[in-house]
Amino acid sequence: MSGENAPAPVGDDPLAALRASTRARVALGRAGDALPTARLLELRAAHAAARDAVHSPLDADDLAGRIAAELGVPVAHAASAAPSRSEYLRRPDLGRRLADRTELERGEHDVVLVVADGLSPLAVQTHAVPMLAEILARLDGWRVAPVVVATQARVPLGDEIATAVGARSVVVLVGERPGMSSTDSLGLYFTYDARRGRRDSERNCLSNVRPPHGTGYAEAATTLAMLMAEARRLGLSGVSLKADPALPES
Amino acid sequence: MTRRRGSLGGHTHEFADLAGLLAAATPERSGDVLAGVAASSEQERVAAQTVLADLPLTTFLDELVVPYETDEVTRLIIDTHDADAFAPIASLTVGGLRDHLLSPDTDTTALAPGLTPEMVAAVSKLMRVQDLVSVARRTPVVTAFRSTLGLPGTLATRLQPNHPTDDPTGVTASIVDGLLLGCGDAVIGINPATDSPARTTDLLHLVDEVRTRYDIPTQSCVLAHVTTSIEIMERGAPVDLVFQSVAGTQAANEGFGVTLAMLGEAHEAALSLRRGTVGTHCMYFETGQGSALSADAHHGVHQQTLEARAYAVCRAFDPLLVNTVVGFIGPEYLYDGMQITRAGLEDNLCGSLLGVPMGVDVCYTNHAEADADDTDTLLTLLGVAGCSFVICVPGGDDVMLHYQSLSFHDALYARQVLGLSPAPEFAGWLEKMEMLGADGRVREPALDSAAMRALTAGVR
Repeated sequence: MSGENAPAPVGDDPLAALRASTRARVALGRAGDALPTARLLELRAAHAAARDAVHSPLDADDLAGRIAAELGVPVAHAASAAPSRSEYLRRPDLGRRLADRTELERGEHDVVLVVADGLSPLAVQTHAVPMLAEILARLDGWRVAPVVVATQARVPLGDEIATAVGARSVVVLVGERPGMSSTDSLGLYFTYDARRGRRDSERNCLSNVRPPHGTGYAEAATTLAMLMAEARRLGLSGVSLKADPALPES
Repeated sequence: MTRRRGSLGGHTHEFADLAGLLAAATPERSGDVLAGVAASSEQERVAAQTVLADLPLTTFLDELVVPYETDEVTRLIIDTHDADAFAPIASLTVGGLRDHLLSPDTDTTALAPGLTPEMVAAVSKLMRVQDLVSVARRTPVVTAFRSTLGLPGTLATRLQPNHPTDDPTGVTASIVDGLLLGCGDAVIGINPATDSPARTTDLLHLVDEVRTRYDIPTQSCVLAHVTTSIEIMERGAPVDLVFQSVAGTQAANEGFGVTLAMLGEAHEAALSLRRGTVGTHCMYFETGQGSALSADAHHGVHQQTLEARAYAVCRAFDPLLVNTVVGFIGPEYLYDGMQITRAGLEDNLCGSLLGVPMGVDVCYTNHAEADADDTDTLLTLLGVAGCSFVICVPGGDDVMLHYQSLSFHDALYARQVLGLSPAPEFAGWLEKMEMLGADGRVREPALDSAAMRALTAGVR
C-alpha cells in the first residue's frame, strides 16, 4: 500500500465533494468517536512507510555501482561522524562533520556532487541516478569532481567534502524528512564557495524533487544549472542569488 | 557566579552557575545533550535536583540565567515581577514550592504574577508526571474572545485546515470536516503556505465568511508574521487574532524577526478592532522547546527554562491562546515519545502557573521515536491536566507541514472518556445545528441532515 491519499468519488455522498477537493484526510467516517478500522490501518501504513524511509539504510555500494555504470563517472564514498542512525537523529552536529578517516582525494575541481542519505535514503535510492544524469548533462565548462555518496549525512557535510576534494562549490542531493503523504522526496542544495561554517542562508534549495508527484528531474536540473551559472558570475549563492524572479525562495 | 555542590553515589557533583544547575537537573532531553549542557550521568541529574530543591526562590530574582543588560525578555521578567503576589512564597525553597503547590489549600492561580519562568521551570524538574498533571488541573486560566476557553471541564480545539497551496476549496473542505466533528472552538487557524499579505487577507476573508454564514462563535487566525498582520489590519482585513511564534530570549525572538515593542504595537492594533463578543483577548502565540538552540540564541541555558521564559513574553500581551508545538522540530530536541510526553506536560504546567492560557500541539515527526500511541497518551494526560486546547488536523496528517498532529476524532475521544465539553458558546452552536446528542456527544451527521447539507454546500 502506498502512502498516497487519493480521493475517491462516492456517488451522491455530500462528503465526496470534500474528498475531491484536498489531499488532506477529510471525511474519514467514524466508528463511535474513533476512526473506522480501514482508515486506521491506512494511517498506520502511511506512518510505517515514512518510518521505514527514515530507518532503512542506504545501500551505498549499490548506489555507487549504479552511478558508475549508468553515468560513467568516478564515485567516492564518505561518511559523517555520526556512528549510527540513532546518533545521527539525535546529533545533527555529527551528521555535518566528516568522519576522521576519509578516503576522499584532493584535486582541482569547480564543483562536487554529493549524494547524501539525509532523512530518506529511499529518496536517493529512487531519484539520485536520474537526477545526477540531468545535472551532469548541464555542467559544460565545470570541472566536476568524482561523485561522492555520503552516509549519515546532513546538508553541511557537503561543505567539508568540497574542502576535502578541493572543489569550489557543492551540490548536495539529500533525502528530505518524510511526511505521511510523501516518503521519497529529494532536496537539492547548492553552495558556492563551500567551506565549513556556511549558513543555510548562503545556500540555494530546490525541494520536493519527486516525479511524478513533485518536481521533475529535468526541470530541477535546468533551474539548478541557471543558479550555478549565476552564482559563478556573481561569486555567491544563497538568499541574494535568484536565477529567475519566479523561483521560490529557499 | 555561585558554584554549588551536591553529593550522590560517592561523588561530589559541582555546578558552575544557576544555568548549569538547572540544566543538569532537567530530565533527559536530546536538545540539551546537543547544546552540551545536559547532566553527564543519571546520578549527577539527581544530585542537581537535590541541590535545586534546597535553593531559595529569591535566588531567581538575584541570579539571572540570561543577562538583564543585554536581553529584553529578562528585563520584562524582572521589571514586571509582583512582590505582593510573591510575598506568601518568598521564604520558600524550590522544594518547598513543590509541596506548597501540591497542598489542596493553595490557590495556585493567585501566584502567577509573583512567579518567574525560572521558578516554575525549576519546580517542574522536581515533579513527577502526576504532579505536573494535578497542579496544572488546579490552575485554570480562562480567556475569551467569541468563545470562552480554559474553563474547568472543557477542552477546546484549534481546527487547522492547512493546504500545500492554500487552495480555498481545499481549505474549506478541511474546515467543514472539522466542524462536522465538533472541532474549531479555540480557533480556526491556518498556517499559510506563503507569508504574502494578499494571500493572508484572502484566507482571512474565506474563514470569516464561513464563520459569519453559519454564525459560529469562534475566532479565525492566519498564522502570518506579526508584521504582516499589522500591515493588513491597517488595510481593514478581518483580523480576529494576531499570531506570532515567540521564544525565551531576545536573540531568539530576533531570529523570528520580532521584538516586544512590535508585539505591543500589534496587540494595541488588534484590541482597537473590537471584534470579540464575550472577551477582548486577541493574541495567539506559538512556542516550542528547542527554538532558541536552533537559532543559536540559548546563552547556555537548557531548552525547558527557555520555553518557560517564552510564556513570560506571551503573558505580557494578554493572549487568548498560547500553544507549545511540542514534537514539531524533531528528535534532535525531543528524541522520543517519552521526552515529548514529559515536555508537553511541563510546558502545560509552567504556562498555567505563569497565568498563560496553555494549549498543546500534540505532535511528532516521522524521524522521532514516537507514534499515535504516544499522542493518545499525552492527549489523555493533558485532558486530565485541564489543558485549554489542542490542535487537530484531518486524520492527524498535516499535508502541508509534513508532521502528525491530533485528528478531529482524537478530540472526540478525549472529550468522551474524560467527560469534557467544548467551549460553552460553541457547545450551544453545535446544539443549534442539531449536531450535539443528549449525551453531550457530537452526533454522526446523517448525510441528508440539515447541518450536513448546509455545511457541505460551501464546497460543492
